[in-house]
Amino acid sequence: MRARVTVTLKSGVLDPQGKAIEGALRSLGVEGVASVRQGKVFDVELDAADQGEAEAALKAACERLLANTVIENYRVEIAS
Amino acid sequence: MKAAVIVFPGSNREGDVLRALRASGAEAVKVWHAETELPPGTDLAVLPGGFSYGDYLRCGAIAGRAAVMDAVRAHAARGGLVLGICNGFQILCESGLLPGVLMRNANLRFLCHRQTLRVERADTAFTRAYAKDQVIDVCVAHGEGNYFADDETIRRIEGEGRVAFRYCNRAGETVTDANVNGSLNAIAGIYSEGHNVLGMMPHPENLIDDLVGGTDGRGLFESLARAA
Repeated sequence: MRARVTVTLKSGVLDPQGKAIEGALRSLGVEGVASVRQGKVFDVELDAADQGEAEAALKAACERLLANTVIENYRVEIAS
Repeated sequence: MKAAVIVFPGSNREGDVLRALRASGAEAVKVWHAETELPPGTDLAVLPGGFSYGDYLRCGAIAGRAAVMDAVRAHAARGGLVLGICNGFQILCESGLLPGVLMRNANLRFLCHRQTLRVERADTAFTRAYAKDQVIDVCVAHGEGNYFADDETIRRIEGEGRVAFRYCNRAGETVTDANVNGSLNAIAGIYSEGHNVLGMMPHPENLIDDLVGGTDGRGLFESLARAA
């Protein structure tokens, strides 16, 4: 089974890297960029009997390691 | 005082901490991260600075889940002393031993310079050799030292007297210019609820010898050497 985990900064948490990228895009002349927030993507292959088991394993992975829930949110998508 | 300095792949300040502890009269040994127990009779566990696991994922994230951290957690729960410096502070936050998180410096630069700190309290096992509000000279060397926690956590740690050190100017004032990495409330170090776990970004172990420019860091290790 294949899944994608996306980890993003919670709103309200300052993202200096996103701000720097936003500034760089502006200086490149890329128009219409209102704001940039940087996050992380994890592509995970896993052995799971069903969707429910995969979701539980990925939730544990996010809570215990992939995301720091003090500042980050996560989203799990499992490829059908 | 028996100290165990935990070494992770990518730690690089363990030698300096060992030297600082021994110079203050403590016994200190290195402990590899795969160990599941601290040496018998350990009074103090130290997580030194460096770049454990190459700062992969988040600084301190992987080391914070190493086997030895269960032993460090149990030691802290028994009231044992734990000191995390720089990457060690990041590991303590990632392992849940201290609240909050250390984010990228507000100016996005790796900071490496001398810095003044204000000692917020001088009645803990870590700071008895200092005076309250004393301004001490230390070194900072980090890219992710910007302390952040939610409002409620900040209120709690301030209310419980858990801020150990703040970035300040020579006069001891916490002005914006002195808050080098953008930390909330200029926080440079915090204690656990029982004040037996301390995490701090600056490096007191850099300044224990006049030969390299100062001895203000010695007080922390002398306090600890006398604590047990």
